[in-house]
Amino acid sequence: MTSAFGAGFLFGIGLWLSGMANPRKVLDFLDVAGDWDPSLLLVMGGAVAVTAMFFRPLLQRKEITFDKTAVDAPLVAGAALFGLGWGLGGYCPGPALTALSNLSSEALVFVAAMIAGGILGRISLRPAGSLAQR
Amino acid sequence: MANFTPVASLIGGLLIGIASVWLLAANGRIAGISGILHGLFAQPPGDRAWRGAFIAGLIAAGFAWHLFAGPAPVRENFGLGWAAAAGLLVGFGTRVGGGCTSGHGVCGLGRFSLRSLVAVAVFMAAGIVAAVVTRHVLGVAS
Repeated sequence: MTSAFGAGFLFGIGLWLSGMANPRKVLDFLDVAGDWDPSLLLVMGGAVAVTAMFFRPLLQRKEITFDKTAVDAPLVAGAALFGLGWGLGGYCPGPALTALSNLSSEALVFVAAMIAGGILGRISLRPAGSLAQR
Repeated sequence: MANFTPVASLIGGLLIGIASVWLLAANGRIAGISGILHGLFAQPPGDRAWRGAFIAGLIAAGFAWHLFAGPAPVRENFGLGWAAAAGLLVGFGTRVGGGCTSGHGVCGLGRFSLRSLVAVAVFMAAGIVAAVVTRHVLGVAS
């Protein structure tokens, strides 16, 4: 519990320090046709440098495995829709959540819609007939 | 490249990576923020305590940041209808695609997952298309 709060807090500080929590900076990175800002490459590069060093040994020690390994249609379609929303608003999930601290209607509306979108996504993934079986 | 902030962005990225390793080491969980959020609204509801604690930490970090860095700039020309549409796409897409910038990006790339590499390539490409169209065609969210 305490560690989850601490990890979330550190993650959030990283988002603010890096500029990821500023949707304008995110759009300056994605908008390659404008005054391009490559900063976010360094955010991802720095983060992945750390996870690449520690993740595989930790996952092995904790015997954590992943049930999905195939590249399938939901993965590609979902990533495409997520990318469209990201490029439209400049928020991905982490920055949107920590931006709730702005107390802006923009962040509140985005997060509410994101939660609703997740529930719709879950319903759309439910196998046909599973409603009747309940 | 007038707004390039290499040092702050690199250090921020390192902190994000350390936080992800911390959550995996201490809680045995993947720091995929869309998955952590969507899990709060899963049926049946699961392990809500650590998910709520992580998200509370994420939001608390914002308040702490504003204390010393001041309030975040507010965008003028980004209507709430656009915010709702973007949020719906992000929520739906991350749920169906099984991850976002953190789960597929920071964590998935860190364990050399092919699924995550494909997801990152697709959402980056879609994000670039959407940002260019949003700014240069629709003229919103500048």
